[in-house]
Amino acid sequence: MTIGLGHYLAVAAILFTLGIVGIFLNRKNVIVILMSVELMLLAVNINLVAFSAHHGDLVGQVFALMVLTVAAAEAAIGLAILVVYFRNRGTIEVEDINLMKG
Amino acid sequence: MIQALAFYLFSGVLVASAAMVVAARNPVHSVLFLILAFFNAAALFLLNGAEFLAMILVVVYVGAVAVLFLFVVMMLDINFARLREGFLRYLPVGGAVGLVLLAELLLVGTAWVDASSSAGLRAAPAAADVHNTRALGRLVYTHYALVFQASGLVLLVAMIGAIVLTLRARPGVRRQDIPRQLARTRESGVEVVKIPPRTGV
Repeated sequence: MTIGLGHYLAVAAILFTLGIVGIFLNRKNVIVILMSVELMLLAVNINLVAFSAHHGDLVGQVFALMVLTVAAAEAAIGLAILVVYFRNRGTIEVEDINLMKG
Repeated sequence: MIQALAFYLFSGVLVASAAMVVAARNPVHSVLFLILAFFNAAALFLLNGAEFLAMILVVVYVGAVAVLFLFVVMMLDINFARLREGFLRYLPVGGAVGLVLLAELLLVGTAWVDASSSAGLRAAPAAADVHNTRALGRLVYTHYALVFQASGLVLLVAMIGAIVLTLRARPGVRRQDIPRQLARTRESGVEVVKIPPRTGV
């Protein structure tokens, strides 16, 4: 029994779905929503690395590196916005975030 | 055989801890399960031969991002019981969307073939005698140098943005003001009062 590309794709698909479900289930908690987004980006990275290994092409790993960078930046900015929001409002419930009436 | 065993172990723990991230009652536990998920994803990267990315995942995600999450979860005084309300209410629709998406992804993931010309289309074929970190470095510092610089710029903007967002001037806090200290003169700082003898101040 050899582990091929399909196995990794299946794991990444399950992980991505768990991220989506996490966003749906924790509609109120922004922190868990951010963590779910991190899970989804991790699934994307697993896909990229699996394809890179499958084809023997290193560019997939370069791309995964960039995804990692953007994910780190996104987490930092998101948490900073969260801290500022909590300081102003005293809560982080997503349903209360309607100041901009969007 | 060993490889298959390792794959199933790591991916099983990965999926289980990802499920716990979503389902955990306490956000601190969510973050800790997220760290476990990152470790197992790093192990999957190692199985794929992406050693550098695996180490970067451990260093950057576990060392920086997850700890950042942990800091924020612990520092904010949040009533997490209230945030849990509606978890069961959203379970049917969330589960349905998840199942549909998973079915679609698995359908796409199983129904594809390599193009016959794919071996010739590789942009940077991995050399057999160069280890992963060195090969990645050769690629990133030469052909993808601009992309590398741009990602550095993204991180710089994120850093400045986070600092600017969370910086605040608190009233009532006394700080050292060096220009004001340097601008003081003898006239503004000292007042000489002539006191006549035997009168007191």
